[in-house]
Amino acid sequence: MKRYDAIVIGAGHNGLTNAAYLAKAGLDVLVVERNPYIGGATVSRELHEGWLYSNCSYVCSLLRPEITRDLELPRHGLQVVPYGGGVTFMENGDYFASFEDHEAQLREIARHSVRDANAYERYHTDVTKQTRLIRPFLLRTPPDPTSFKPRDIKELLFLAKAFYHLGEETLNDTFRFWTMSIGDYLNEYFETDVLKAALAGSGIIGTALGVYSPGSAYVLLHHYMGDVDGTVGAWGFARGGMGAVSGALAKAFQSYGGEIKVAAEVSRIVVKNGRTTGVALANGDEYHSDIVVSNLDPRRTFTVIMDESDLPADIVTKAKNFKIRGSSGKLNIALDGLPTFTGLDPNSRLMIGDMHFSDSLENMERAYDDWKNGTWSKKPYLDMVIPTQTDPTMAPPGKHMMSVFVQYAPPKLATGEWTDADRDAFGKTVLDTIGNHSPDFKDLILHVEVRTPQDIENEVGLTEGNIFQGELTFDQLLFNRPFPGYAQYRGPVQGLYLCGSGTHPGGGVMSAPGANAAREIFLDLKRDNLVPEAYADD
Amino acid sequence: MIAHDERRVIETPFHSRVQAACALNEWEEWKGYTTVTAFTDVALEYFAIRNSCGIFDLTPMIKYRITGPDAGAYLSRLVTRNISKQSSGQVMYCCWCNDAGQVLDDGTLFKFDDNTYRICSQERHMDWFGASAMGFNVQIEDETDQVAALAFQGPTSCAVLKQMGFQDIENLKPYRFTSFPFDGQELMISRTGFTGDLGYELWCDPEQAETLWDALMEAGRNYGIRPFGAAALGMARIEAGFIQAGVDFMPALDVVRSERCRSPYEIGLGWLVHLKKPNFNGRKALIAEKEKGSRYRFVKLIVEGNKPAEHAFVYNRRNQAIGTVTTAGWSPTTKSNLAFASLEMPWGLEDDELFVEIYYIRELKWTRVMERCHVVKDAFFDPERRHATPAWDF
Ligand SMILES: Cc1cc2nc3c(=O)[nH]c(=O)nc-3n(C[C@H](O)[C@H](O)[C@H](O)COP(=O)(O)OP(=O)(O)OC[C@H]3O[C@@H](n4cnc5c(N)ncnc54)[C@H](O)[C@@H]3O)c2cc1C
Repeated sequence: MKRYDAIVIGAGHNGLTNAAYLAKAGLDVLVVERNPYIGGATVSRELHEGWLYSNCSYVCSLLRPEITRDLELPRHGLQVVPYGGGVTFMENGDYFASFEDHEAQLREIARHSVRDANAYERYHTDVTKQTRLIRPFLLRTPPDPTSFKPRDIKELLFLAKAFYHLGEETLNDTFRFWTMSIGDYLNEYFETDVLKAALAGSGIIGTALGVYSPGSAYVLLHHYMGDVDGTVGAWGFARGGMGAVSGALAKAFQSYGGEIKVAAEVSRIVVKNGRTTGVALANGDEYHSDIVVSNLDPRRTFTVIMDESDLPADIVTKAKNFKIRGSSGKLNIALDGLPTFTGLDPNSRLMIGDMHFSDSLENMERAYDDWKNGTWSKKPYLDMVIPTQTDPTMAPPGKHMMSVFVQYAPPKLATGEWTDADRDAFGKTVLDTIGNHSPDFKDLILHVEVRTPQDIENEVGLTEGNIFQGELTFDQLLFNRPFPGYAQYRGPVQGLYLCGSGTHPGGGVMSAPGANAAREIFLDLKRDNLVPEAYADD
Repeated sequence: MIAHDERRVIETPFHSRVQAACALNEWEEWKGYTTVTAFTDVALEYFAIRNSCGIFDLTPMIKYRITGPDAGAYLSRLVTRNISKQSSGQVMYCCWCNDAGQVLDDGTLFKFDDNTYRICSQERHMDWFGASAMGFNVQIEDETDQVAALAFQGPTSCAVLKQMGFQDIENLKPYRFTSFPFDGQELMISRTGFTGDLGYELWCDPEQAETLWDALMEAGRNYGIRPFGAAALGMARIEAGFIQAGVDFMPALDVVRSERCRSPYEIGLGWLVHLKKPNFNGRKALIAEKEKGSRYRFVKLIVEGNKPAEHAFVYNRRNQAIGTVTTAGWSPTTKSNLAFASLEMPWGLEDDELFVEIYYIRELKWTRVMERCHVVKDAFFDPERRHATPAWDF
């Protein structure tokens, strides 16, 4: 069988990013992907004729602009269109609007509370301080705080300098921010329920934490630290759905001579004498390479496609204990027309943004209680968008595609595994929630794809359906991601690397883990680094 | 339920009149309101301020009403200035700081009576005011959109107000205010302004806004009255030496890079700080700064030549960049080239030899000049008529 310079397991967007950099450097690189299509959780698929769904991820902000530009993704077909703003529907028939524009936002908040409108400025400044702190670290390898290698000391100094520049007060805030709950954080600023609910959404999306669980404030930051064209915190739609991101990465990779095999499930990473020698596929094929990069989450990498006897015992334990809890579901819906929403002008620009139906922290915490009790939320938090209002490529003219992200749904129900009936009931809960605020919505439905965390695990391979490949809590961030001592993308056997969202800086369609892992591989191969540095943010 | 309004900017109560007068159709946004940059001709508008009189829609200025038995004590805790001697009907210019002694904003404090005040500022502060009010029996209300306001500035402004029948207005001293019956309601007039000239600010119910505008325009017909926009005001305020939040200093609340804040001492407002006052927000930090020394000095500069030094670097004799210009412009009245700058300590003493680096473009060709500049202590322009009571007729 053919020998490659490097083999990347998984054609998720991080696997493709990693592979693209390695190929760009002239290495002979193979990507092997289990599914018959590429992209992992960054994918567009046609499940209803004429409609394209962003089946998993659906909006884009975290994708590093340095990489988009460096790998020429626009030339390979990627266009990200910002959508700005959103709306939270309230149980009393009113709604709360979110605007990108500061003045419009203040006026909308003042409608509910003048005090909160004023406090919003402080909130905005304080959160901006935190995003400014973290953004420079996205394209850097975390230092190992216990190593005394010159490079780690240099990186630690960089970290220390960034902290020092915050000033004493902000530094104190930072330590609290990284560990506190989004509910407590917002309560320090605001009194209006719906405002807090609208902001708190970003603190729970994708995580098995509630609005009052310590650590959820950081999750909010994780959703704020991206940007579209320099507008930090803004989100946009990839034209053609999120598959456009992985599609462009694949084209970039192929333009450098890389090779992708789909429907090629890896069953084993082959290890001999403490070094990887290649991969064995489920179909019996074997491919050889001294470098094997896994795009899979750490749990799956170390406990599913590796032999425990090839690994140090502590890694196996750490992988088993790695916190990777499923908490989210997803509905993708083909619509015969654009639904209308009670109280919202159909021509409002808010229709183009993200829509939500939880109007208090209380409701959101109750939704989390349902998850803890082993069932889906009876009043779920939804993050819903209709990208076909601006994207002409995903549905026929006049028809629409709706993407509904659902928080919370457990990977396993109290009653046991998910059944078809459970899935239907889960879907109905979501459709009813939307239907309560849109009288014509249900009549417009042509097709629905309902995905439980279990479905997501089965299809994408994200353990438990955890969208970030592992919880974003401080014990699993920065030099702790995925485990202390293993945060620099190198596995415990020589030649093995991790490049998925389970590594720093974590989940989301970001491309940073894939690129950072490539930088480490270049270092080990004593090759020039091709991965760009982050844009200076001063 | 208050109706939704998705507009980015909204109109002031004077909008119908302002729009009709805005021949140039040149607008800008100010705190969420549509306001005028220039009505007819910036030079004409500027000289209305300095030669006859002009009116300016001031409504977007942020206004808070502070009431309650502890209002005085609360405000004394809030601002750095000693306001214990402020009498009813008096206005005091103040600034307020966070606990780190960094300036949040400057503004004017109006005292109606012991229990009732108004504070006007560039930025919104309800959040900070509210947090500082803990333990005080006060109510704080944002009355920005409940009070329509006009600046009425210029040498003939008093004559016009007399013409309108506001008796004894000429005896109103600078930084004092009073009220008159007008259009069946009350019109408040203060002898204040942002132009450094004789002038007033008029405060009324939004319902009366159009009537007030019309009455002023009518009474001012023979006194050279002219609406003016932000461009003309900007020229006048430099001459007067007035700093502006967000332009000459960053309000501490908006600052994400901690070292970009400024203390009152660092923006030329040290005279507003009374450390002897028992307790006020930022006092501890300001006492420490007083001992340790400040990081920056704010200076007024006269720049040689006639090219505006906007956003220029300031250099010392050894060609080290030691600061930046925050505001700059040509002064038509003093016929000189003015600038404000924030300099690193110890620079900015009166006899320091300083230079500004000016870039200007002529027919697509950039030119760079280093101009000598001179630190000056007082306002660039401070006419006697601004202070005289009774106020002059022109
Ligand atoms: C429902 C949902 C909604 C989301 N929404 C957003 C969003 O709107 N915006 C955003 O930024 N992020 C979102 N995310 C998160 C984001 O999509 C993921 O964090 C990111 O796509 C993960 O990328 P990855 O390349 O690290 O891993 P993955 O996408 O998980 O890629 C791993 C790849 O490995 C393949 N694989 C697995 N096992 C094997 C094997 N044995 N052999 C070969 N190949 C294998 C998988 O098929 C997959 O292609 C969402 C995720 C989900 C699930």
